[in-house]
Amino acid sequence: MKKYLTRMGDGQRVEMTADEMMKDFELGTQDAARRGKIDPLTQEDLNYLLEIFTDTNKIVSVEPGNEVVLTHDIGTLRLMGDQCNSGVGIPLSRIQGIGVHERAFAADTFELGHIDYSFKPVKPIISMEQQEMETAQLSAIIPLFYGAMPNLGLYYRPDGPFGNPSDLMPLGKIQEAREAQEEAVEHAIRDMIYISEKMFLAGADGINFDTTGAAGDTDMKATLHAVEHLKKHTDLSVEVGMAGEFVLGIHGALEYDGVRLAGLYPHQQVKLVEKAGADIFGPVVNTNTGKSMAWNLARAVTFIKACVEAANIPIHVNVGMGVGGIPVFETPCIDSVTRASKAMVEVAKVDGL
Amino acid sequence: MGVGDPFGMPVAHGMAAGMGGIRTAGDLVARMQMTRKMRIKEAKAYVAEKLKVSPADLSNEHVMREIREELDLGIITAVPGCAKGIEAKARIAELLGIEINSVKRLKDKIAF
Repeated sequence: MKKYLTRMGDGQRVEMTADEMMKDFELGTQDAARRGKIDPLTQEDLNYLLEIFTDTNKIVSVEPGNEVVLTHDIGTLRLMGDQCNSGVGIPLSRIQGIGVHERAFAADTFELGHIDYSFKPVKPIISMEQQEMETAQLSAIIPLFYGAMPNLGLYYRPDGPFGNPSDLMPLGKIQEAREAQEEAVEHAIRDMIYISEKMFLAGADGINFDTTGAAGDTDMKATLHAVEHLKKHTDLSVEVGMAGEFVLGIHGALEYDGVRLAGLYPHQQVKLVEKAGADIFGPVVNTNTGKSMAWNLARAVTFIKACVEAANIPIHVNVGMGVGGIPVFETPCIDSVTRASKAMVEVAKVDGL
Repeated sequence: MGVGDPFGMPVAHGMAAGMGGIRTAGDLVARMQMTRKMRIKEAKAYVAEKLKVSPADLSNEHVMREIREELDLGIITAVPGCAKGIEAKARIAELLGIEINSVKRLKDKIAF
């Protein structure tokens, strides 16, 4: 039987027959359906995925007219930053980096972000960030977000003032760990509101809360409360992007609007993000490096299709390296990236990437 | 979008599925998603109606380059005399009937 070039979840190139890929699509979609308690992809969806995977061209694309809006994370760090953010180390200012994205990469939107890309370190240098946003807004035509990670991890010792749950829990100090997280939530909410309101005064079009949930349910709770405040008190547009496919229950009992946050999947996360008032939601589905891209993409599309159907706001799925069906590899393979793009737009029906 | 080197991430996704920013009408559709929570079809229909084109034309460079020049909404190449930066955004806010934060700020600053 004819074999087609495809990839594993770590990016390694492998050959698979159409039957082998279809089997992996079925297993991937069933895995998502079982975990998320959602519908698996239809046979029509799976057949379309097979069409995408058996296209022998290296690069595929959506049909003309099906294009979607792109929002970004990590800001200009991908140009001037180091390997941590897949940066390529070009010595550019952030405003030059915004210009490169607008005029050389034809970005639909872009964002300004601090070199650390977390909210907490921005607080002491907020006036510098405001100055940069004010200047960037004069020359940019595309909408500019201010992007940062809630990153509650920075509020725990040794980086912050509160006890570290990772130290307390192994000692059996569960209540102390929970109290430390609850205190961190209150501080993070205040910091995120303070920084975002300052960026609003500087002319920002929006705030991108990136990798929400990276430190678990505390991270998400703090973000949702900050979003709620910002949507009530400013005209900022808000995008909430996630860190992983389900919310880790590091605390375990935190709730928002009466719903326990731990364990929520994208189609459930979006309902709370909407309640908080956000304008755009960026769900994540993690890639399993030991499985094929066919398995991973079918699984990711299943979760995201359910999220799109549940949502009333635009869904911009995360499709960076290691998420959204794309292999975990720092130099993303173009054949994989474009196949994930097409599948997310034309099967999951996302509003953006 | 996500993390990855510039060629492998924003360029690859932009080529496969992106609207094309100010080469076409990507920024305009984005603004409707951001300010009115419009899903992609609704946002495209809104912008298309304002520009008097079909939704499919919004990502057609041949159509949109001419429209952006005619309406002076900012274009991707460097042409003297065309609206730049906040000048273009002021015209976009008017066209789309939305408030753009930096434009409002500019108006407040020059209202003396």
